[in-house]
This record gives sequence, C-alpha cells and structure tokens, in this order.
Amino acid sequence: MRRQIPFALVFIFGFFMIFQFFVPHETSEFFYEFLLDWIIVIGIFALALGIWSLFKVSVEKIKLGKEGAQYSYVTLVGLFLMMAFGFTQKTGEGWGLYFLWIVLCGACIVALMRLRASASAGSKRMWGMMALGLLIGAVLVAIFDDAWAFYFYTQEGLSNSMFRDFFDYIMMPILATMFALLAFYIASAAYRAFRARNLLASLLLLAALLVMSRFNPFLPGAEYVAKASNWLMNVPNMAAQRAIVIGIGLGIVGTALKVILGIERGYMGKG
Amino acid sequence: MKYKILIVGMVLLFGLSSVWAQSEPEESDSVVIDSAELFPAPVSDIKLSDKPNDHGHAVVVTWEPSADDGGGKNNVVQYEIYWSTSFDGPFDTAGVVPSGTREFEHVGSKDPDDPKYIPDNTDLFYQIDVVTADPLIRTTSGTEGPVQCSGQWYNTGRTPVLIAVLIFGLLTAVFVTSARKGRKLYVRPIGGIEAVDDAIGRATEMGRPILYVLGLGSAADVATIASFTILGRVAKRVAEYQTELIVPTYDPIVMSVAQEVVKSAYYDAGRPEDYKEDIVHFVTQSQFAYVAAVNGTMLRELPATNVYMGKFFAESLLLAETGSLAGSIQISGTDEIAQIPFFIVACDYTLIGEELYAASAYLGREPKLLGSLKAQDWAKAAVVILAIIGLIAANLGWDSFTNLFQVVD
Repeated sequence: MRRQIPFALVFIFGFFMIFQFFVPHETSEFFYEFLLDWIIVIGIFALALGIWSLFKVSVEKIKLGKEGAQYSYVTLVGLFLMMAFGFTQKTGEGWGLYFLWIVLCGACIVALMRLRASASAGSKRMWGMMALGLLIGAVLVAIFDDAWAFYFYTQEGLSNSMFRDFFDYIMMPILATMFALLAFYIASAAYRAFRARNLLASLLLLAALLVMSRFNPFLPGAEYVAKASNWLMNVPNMAAQRAIVIGIGLGIVGTALKVILGIERGYMGKG
Repeated sequence: MKYKILIVGMVLLFGLSSVWAQSEPEESDSVVIDSAELFPAPVSDIKLSDKPNDHGHAVVVTWEPSADDGGGKNNVVQYEIYWSTSFDGPFDTAGVVPSGTREFEHVGSKDPDDPKYIPDNTDLFYQIDVVTADPLIRTTSGTEGPVQCSGQWYNTGRTPVLIAVLIFGLLTAVFVTSARKGRKLYVRPIGGIEAVDDAIGRATEMGRPILYVLGLGSAADVATIASFTILGRVAKRVAEYQTELIVPTYDPIVMSVAQEVVKSAYYDAGRPEDYKEDIVHFVTQSQFAYVAAVNGTMLRELPATNVYMGKFFAESLLLAETGSLAGSIQISGTDEIAQIPFFIVACDYTLIGEELYAASAYLGREPKLLGSLKAQDWAKAAVVILAIIGLIAANLGWDSFTNLFQVVD
C-alpha cells in the first residue's frame, strides 16, 4: 500500500499532464495551474526539511570536529542572522539596542551548537547555561526595546538595511567571484582538450583555432576565416547538436512513459 | 518725395499682404471641406471567428484592406479595431495594427476582473477604423457580428505530436511484451555506466568516499528522475562495499526523494544499519553557493569518485575541474547540450544526452526497461528515415509532406 498509492498518483497525474497538453480548454488549464501551485506549496514545506538537514549536518561537523568545522559556524550564524534581519525593521530613526540583540542571538546560536557538540556533562551544562542566559537576554531586549519590531506577515523586514547590505555587499561579490573562476577553469580545461595528441585531437584544435579567431579583424584573410568558422558552427556543429537533441527528446518521452506506467521505479528507490 | 512714395507704397504693400494673409483661413476652410475627398475607403468583407485551439476569450478578425491602403489615395496608416458586447456600443479599443494588415487576433483575459476580459459564449461585435496620418481623418466600417468565442477540448495543431506519442507508446508496449516473453535484446555497452562499478571498487580500496551530485534540476525534471535511478544503483553497490557516500543537494524536494532512494538501496543491500540521513543533505538553493560548498567538500574529503548526473548549468565546469584537480575519477551525464563539452573535457566518462536515460535500463538489465530502450532506438531510426525523406521533400517542394509534421501552438 505504501508503494501502490504513490504509483497510482503518478499514473493519474502523469496521464493528466499528457492529456492537458492536447486540451486547451479553460477547465484543463485550471487543473494544470492548480497542480503547479501544489509544487510551490510542497516546495515551501520541503524547504523547512532542507534547512533542518543543513542545521543537522553543520552541527554534526562541529560535534565530530571534522576538517572545516569552523565554516559550519559561519553557515549557521549567517543563516539565522539573515532570517532575523528579514523579520525585523526599525520603527523610528535609531536602532536602539538592535545590534546588542543581534550579538546576543549570534552568540546564543554558537552556544547552542557548542552544547550539541559537547561530549562531557560539565561542558554541556556550561554551554547550556550560557545559551539560556543569552536567550533570556535576547528575549528581554526584544520585549523592552521599542526602537525596532518584528514583522512576520508584512514585508518591512525585506527593506531592513542590514538585510539588503549583507546580501548586496557580502553575498553578491562572493557569488560573482565564484562565477568569475569559470574563466580560469575554461582556460585550463581548454588546454587539456586542445592538446594535439592524435589526428582527431589535432582536428579539434584546428577547428577551435578557427572558431576562436573568427572575430579577429587583423588576421590575414579574416573574411575567409569567418566564413569557415561560421560553416563549422552552422553545419557540422549544428548537425551534431540536433542529433543529440532528438535523442534527448526521445529519451525524455521514453523515461516519462516508463515512470507514468510504473515500469521505471527508481525515483522510489525501487529499480 | 520719391522716398515718401516708396515708403507709402511699401506700407500699402504690407497692408495688402496682411489682408491677403487674413483671408487665408477662408481658403483653409475650403480645404477642410475638400478634405472629404481625403477620407480613406473603408475596409470590406470583415469576418469574425472564434480563435481555434485555445482556451477561449479570443476572436480572430479578418478583413479586406481599404482601397486606399497601398493604392488609391495611399493614405492609410493603420487600422483600429473596436469591440463591444452590444451592436449599438459603446465600443472599446481591441487593438491597432499597421496598414497592409488583414488579420487581428483579439486575445483577452479569462479573469472577469481584468479590464482585458472577453466573455465566452457571449455575442461580440466589431468595428474597424481606417486611420490616416491625421487621426481625425478616418473612416469607420459598419458594425460586424455577432461572434462568440469559446474554449476547445482538443488542440488540432498538436495532432502530429499525439500521433508520435501514440506510435512511440505502441512501440514501447510491443518491445516490453517481447522482452517479457524472453526475447534477448542487445544493448550496446555504455562506457560511463560500466565504469561506475570500477569507480566504486576504487573508492573502497582507497578508503575514500564517493560524491554523487544530482545537479540543479528539480524533482520534476526527467534528467533528475533518471539520476535518481542511477543513484539507487550506486547507493546499493556502495552499501554492499561499505563505502562512504556523500550526496549534497540543491533542491529540498530532490533531497527528500534522494533520501528515500538511498535508504531503499541500503535496505535492499541488507545494510539498513549503515544508512544515515545525512548521506543526502541539503546545501543551498543558490547556484554558486552550492558550487562553493560542493567544491569545498571535494577538496576536504578528497572523494575517490565523483558522479555528476542530472541537470547542470554554468556550474558544470567549476565542479568537474575541481574534481579533476582533486584527483578523483569522474563520471558525468547530462541532457544540457551546452554543458556536455565541459564534462567531456573535465571528466573521465561522460554520458551524452540520451545515454543518461538509457543508464537505468542498462544497469538494471530488466526486460521491461530494455524493451523501452529498444523502442527508443526504433523511434530514432524512424526519425532518421523521416528526416531524410523530409530533406528530399523540402528540396523538391513537396510541401504537403513537410506540412504533415507541422505543429501549431
């Protein structure tokens, strides 16, 4: 029964998805959009599971003292602080004791992680007391400080300058740096790919040189180089790509049919 | 004296010219009256029909252009289409199209609160204005209608797709039945899949973990579904060899499904006690943050084998190059055309496109799965034959053949 119900659901909704592709009627559209909304709802609940998983793995790393465990502190403090920033905003001009509250929250998270990672009873007691003290301090500040407030149901928190600045000036540059690494990785990968080890590799190198030099106006015979590289891109390259695309398309249809008909059960852990 | 006469003459001349200038509006008035001749001829033969193959709330308006559009006075700039639910109006603007156009699709909203809402199964009336460069000089057609729009229950433009799906489904059924009856089906060896077992063995011998990356796809992507199947096989073998498995995920739904897949694999291998929920864990839903986390894992844990199966985008080379630098054996597979070259360059084995989908059948060797794989091969053969015939037909101008395959949305 535990497996039959999911298979039945996959069969019904899988066939509905095929059916709705051929039925443009409003009723069909309504059910299609309704099902898509369900994906969003499930995604939100699954996100909570994801955050719990991240928390557990990070704490486990700290507990076991694994290599790079210090990054787990950064991960969890960053995670909870951004959540705190996103749900709070100042009510007037000044921030009051907001930064003290942030420090207390951050320290409380670190103390809780140390508590989870502690092996001895004495250490557990010490970190537990510390976490409790910091938590009480954070709660008191939150209750008595009127300079800022929590916003759980409205979007005020998203305009919190802390929330925006942390994202714009810390997160974005780090992400851009990661993306920029791609240029160097392409260079090293290209070096490996274009080594003329045999005839085919030499042809690949020649084709690559032609394609790379097609935009160079100073090259002698630039016009012919451009024509040759355009031909390479539009004829042999496109032919190969389309062959792969047709194969992929059939593969997708085949796999989808197998899943809907219950032939392929790998996604449920049953091969 | 002569100067005085000259000055008086000039004054008189200016006076006369001003009188003449003031009389110009009268001449101008006569132009307005004459401009009746400038009014363009109206459009003719207006036809209204429900837009086919849609969800309703749309009408197609066609007409014969004004005689002054591209000929005659040649002063038509655009056509303005108006609509109403009553013959007598009031009429609202449906749209504007440039001169030379003969058709307009009035596509409205299905939301009754939207100003662009067009009701279904209700009489609708249309007028078309032929407009010149001067918006005041225009000719309105008579009111045309009624027409009613409604949604259809079948999109005839997608009939070729339906036929193709039915044929493919039939082929699959035939080959699955044939395989179940014991017919032996040959499947060509796939290097990347054959290497999986060796790679797991290598990891066991080296005492290092295996890193399995499911990519950035969602659980709804077929590539990710295919990857789940391969993950199940890999996890089962890993459980048998008692090797460590690391599965960092990008999507929390994918994480939940992958946890179930790995758990089942450990149970099937008879080692449920070795299963830990943290084997499959969530990292982040930010693309490059995910790359940073997985790369960090690679460099710290130094996995013996990295398996990348699923949907990959710009992160493919960042992951594969780092794995290569870490000295891992790497097996990859994706259906993202743009990322395949990166994987080929940086990985030891790459499943190209459809091989990713064939992998589950190849690994399982189950008749049902092999049968469907065979159906795919026959479908590919059919596509190749039809492509060749289509090439000949297109070159010989046999449009009736090529039109058979035209899909209209």
